[in-house]
Amino acid sequence: MITHTFHLAAQSVRALLRQPFFVLISLVQPMIWLLLFGELFKRVVELPGFATTSYIDFLIPGIVVMNVLFGANWAGMTFIEMMQQGSLDRMLTTPLRRGALILSSLVYNSITTVVQTTIIFLVGWPLGARFTLGGVLVTYAAAILLTGAICSISNAYALVLRSREALIGLSVMLALPLAFLSTALLAQDAVPGWIRTVARYNPIDWAVTASREAMAAAPDWAGVGGRLGLLVLVTAALAAVATRTFDSYRRSI
Amino acid sequence: MITADRLVKDYGKVRALDELTLDIPPGIVFGLLGPNGAGKSTTIKILTTLSAPTSGSAVVAGHDVMKNPDKVRTAIGCVTQKPGIDPAATGRENLRLQAALYGMRTSDRNTRITHLLGRFGLDAAADRPARTYSGGMQRKLDIAMGLIHRPTVLFLDEPTTGLDPEARAETWAEIGRLTDEGMTILLTTHYLEEADRLAARLAIVDRGRVVALGTPDSLKSELQGDAIHVDLADPAAATEAVPILKTHGREVTVSGRTVRARVHDGAAAVPAVLAALDAAGVTVASVAVSRPSLDDVYLRHTGRSFADASGEVAA
Repeated sequence: MITHTFHLAAQSVRALLRQPFFVLISLVQPMIWLLLFGELFKRVVELPGFATTSYIDFLIPGIVVMNVLFGANWAGMTFIEMMQQGSLDRMLTTPLRRGALILSSLVYNSITTVVQTTIIFLVGWPLGARFTLGGVLVTYAAAILLTGAICSISNAYALVLRSREALIGLSVMLALPLAFLSTALLAQDAVPGWIRTVARYNPIDWAVTASREAMAAAPDWAGVGGRLGLLVLVTAALAAVATRTFDSYRRSI
Repeated sequence: MITADRLVKDYGKVRALDELTLDIPPGIVFGLLGPNGAGKSTTIKILTTLSAPTSGSAVVAGHDVMKNPDKVRTAIGCVTQKPGIDPAATGRENLRLQAALYGMRTSDRNTRITHLLGRFGLDAAADRPARTYSGGMQRKLDIAMGLIHRPTVLFLDEPTTGLDPEARAETWAEIGRLTDEGMTILLTTHYLEEADRLAARLAIVDRGRVVALGTPDSLKSELQGDAIHVDLADPAAATEAVPILKTHGREVTVSGRTVRARVHDGAAAVPAVLAALDAAGVTVASVAVSRPSLDDVYLRHTGRSFADASGEVAA
């Protein structure tokens, strides 16, 4: 399973590197997120409820997570393309483990996430953001776990829906509420009470809050660990569900 | 080597396979012939473990496709209708990934890849992305990928669809060479000529069932006699033409303005048939006599000509 995962992920990376335009877009995209939101919400820290006076410090974990959400969301497109090419069916007639197909998609998208997150850190730094080692590591961990969760959902959708249009529709319907029913862009005390309640159950919010807390001067490590633990559970469960959707695929084709 | 026992596959309310049963001996090319939509591809999908049947069972290379799919997958190679290649990867990378999926060792893998690239004339293009390949080259790479792990059973689903005549001839030659190596090949096709040329044994599939089974020659010789095709100037005249042909031959069928009949000796029957039609005032546009073909076999078992059946699905 690990060998299969490695070979599949390596093939995807090689394919990506052969398309410099896509590499460029995926490098520029996080910068645009950061600059756009940074400027748009610059004065938001003046609202009551913000503990910090630097929105950029506050924003970076939010942007990392938004970037993951709106990137990994499209992971299932690869499966749809493979279905249309016929390469998915060909792979499914080999002894390849189904879990390896899902896992390789998670690995490939995590690589993208790590590179993009690094860019966000690098662009954020001259804008005045301050980082701690623990904060950076937790942010990477949360971003990778969230990538796994979102990728799994997207892959499961792809295998069940088997249509590009349906996948786009559902992905957008999933991503927008997840992003805005969280504290990715606004502080907890600055959002309405009901959103605060919903956000408590939102994996996006767990990832943002864990990263933000770990970046703080005196982090509450128990809280950080708890949220990362929840993310591990959700990601593992979703990846298992995505692997199971191959059974439904086998029945329906 | 391959047995299918009363396979049924429903897609919603549509029944694609209706108790299809097959028994294929080892070491031959077995052809599944039928128009698009007859159930050939669905059969292949079930036999290659890709799709689960609604009911029925199948055993491939000694293993049950539902109970032991991984054993089946190790033993078979598949070349499906859609090219199963990754267009962004090079030919060599496609082969390497395929070999890795079968768990082949690196040294064995590299020798095998070099061998297959040479055999299919892809050496020069091996390190170019597969999307730059011509249709014929992609098909060759596709077949090479299906052969990488030296399967005992090879499935070829419409291997020459969409190929130009030259690439088709090359593919046919290649399939012929494969049987010399003792492989069992299940080939589906909607080309009568392809089935006639390649298949040692043949099953004609219609609406999800096997309607005829045998070697191409035995199927044709069952028909006994020549086919006579009369094209009428006016399709309405068919009602008058049919009884006349029935007095001269058997198995009279009408499709559009063509009336077909089977006669003992075609050359001798034509003058008599033409004279009788002329006497009845039926104007004949053209007449043709042919030795029995697979098209006639198909017509006899399904009640419609192969071209008409293909058109039904397309329409």
